[in-house]
Amino acid sequence: MARATTTNRKIITTAAAWTIALIIFFPIYWTILTSFKTEAQAINDPPLFFNFDWTLENYAVVQERSDYMKFLWNSVIVAGGSTLLGILIAIPAAWSMAFVPSRRTKDILLWMLSTKMLPAVGVLYPISLIFVEFNLLDTRGGLIVVLMLINLPIIVWMLYTYFKEIPGEILEAARMDGATLKEELLYVLTPMAIPGIASTLLLNFILAWNEAFWTLNLTAANAAPLTAFIASYSSPEGLFFAKLSAASTMAIAPILILGWFSQKQLVRGLTFGAVK
Amino acid sequence: MATKASRSAARIMMAPAVVLLLGWMLVPLIMTLWFSFTKYLPLRGDSIERGLDWVGFTNYSRFLSSSSFWPSVQTTLIMVGGVLLITVVLGILLAMLLDQPIWGQGVVRILVIAPFFVMPTVSALVWKNMLMDPVNGIFAHLWRFFGAEPVAWLQDASLSSIIMIVSWQWLPFATLILLTAIQSLDSEQLEAAEMDGAPALKRFWFIVLPHLARAITIVILIQTIFLLSIFAEIFVTTGGAFGTRTLTYLIFQRVIDSQNIGLGSAGGVYAIILANIVAIFLMRIVGKNLDA
Repeated sequence: MARATTTNRKIITTAAAWTIALIIFFPIYWTILTSFKTEAQAINDPPLFFNFDWTLENYAVVQERSDYMKFLWNSVIVAGGSTLLGILIAIPAAWSMAFVPSRRTKDILLWMLSTKMLPAVGVLYPISLIFVEFNLLDTRGGLIVVLMLINLPIIVWMLYTYFKEIPGEILEAARMDGATLKEELLYVLTPMAIPGIASTLLLNFILAWNEAFWTLNLTAANAAPLTAFIASYSSPEGLFFAKLSAASTMAIAPILILGWFSQKQLVRGLTFGAVK
Repeated sequence: MATKASRSAARIMMAPAVVLLLGWMLVPLIMTLWFSFTKYLPLRGDSIERGLDWVGFTNYSRFLSSSSFWPSVQTTLIMVGGVLLITVVLGILLAMLLDQPIWGQGVVRILVIAPFFVMPTVSALVWKNMLMDPVNGIFAHLWRFFGAEPVAWLQDASLSSIIMIVSWQWLPFATLILLTAIQSLDSEQLEAAEMDGAPALKRFWFIVLPHLARAITIVILIQTIFLLSIFAEIFVTTGGAFGTRTLTYLIFQRVIDSQNIGLGSAGGVYAIILANIVAIFLMRIVGKNLDA
């Protein structure tokens, strides 16, 4: 930067930024902290920040009482399965649109995006009917397919914008040097495409993990992922703040960590390449 | 260059994605359209096998004339508008702040972005109980500390409370995108303006804001699409009570709670039309970007 920044100014901006950031982060911090308290300490007035007896009891209780691991496993399977399936279907599509574009490529891309705009509630009943008809209600398989379909447009778009950045000249050069199609795919394209595919995987895993319309409406006991597990805490009995906190912490911890790795791809993925 | 063979190969490679999305879009859409013109009350024995009675546009007019329709539209508009206003204004300010030199910028960014990764059911329940509970919530503690009477947030200020929760979830998104846009601003232009004696407010108004216009539009459009279908945050907090029934939630109640599929489907068609109006604008912008 050409402009000399005085230390004073940096101190002020730093203080302001940290204050705001901590306020924004506070609900999460508070949840994590409360998860280590006893129920009585959780609602203590004044609120306890450090001077309480740290305990892991809530985690044990939550696991024991509501079988947290089952929901976690459902979340992993459903989010992971739908993302992988989506990627498998999207790679060839994004690939051909990026490297063999036709007049209609743009229209197809925009049309795919438009399917994402369909309000879920408008098609809730038909989808439930189809689920009942094919015995998919409350199955992980059914949920995987639905989440794959709602995220497929984003997956195709993200992959398309990444593939688009791979220079076509490199492919031609490889071809001229006598690379076969298989070698071209394996040794030239794959290494260049992997970072983009990884980012797409990451972001869509997060989106699928947090999806809370279909996961709430299409599951009951068997296939319910963490979103539904947490929703079951909305009608509590007795003291439950610490347990709610423990359950919430467990539900968001994996994704917070993954999310921090994906912040750069987030912008691109969620604006469909319109902001980079 | 693309040969004829590679073109047909390309078509085959695209086929699975296109066919799946086409099915995903058309099948439920056609069913919803069909139901919306019929009397379909499964609890009273109506079923597809027995044939549904065709009632024309009755459901559409009944949905519009029901006493809960206009309030739900109003609620939807206030909620979407409120969240947009808060996230865009605060997002711009926050993005400009984070663009300044700061010690520990990486950590600050992570803290600010974090709420976006919290699943909707968790953020709604955490806010509802840990922060907004009128007896044991942090806000109640804070209010009592200052000698004020604690507020029953989700009853007495229900809509504002939900706006607050949803804004907290979406502020990171707006900030992140606006920050990305600000960082692409040519700093020499700002310095030149500063040297010419333009005050900070003018620099913001005439240089920063026009530069952000596109990013702001994108934030507004994308958020609108997601906000129009907000569900979990209402589902686990108020369940649509206390004036928080949005159009989405009203349709949900018609279909699931009262099992009036025909009426709910007509509402669904209205929601689809509404979402498409927004979508058209978004597509234009995204489409323009494809050419560039």
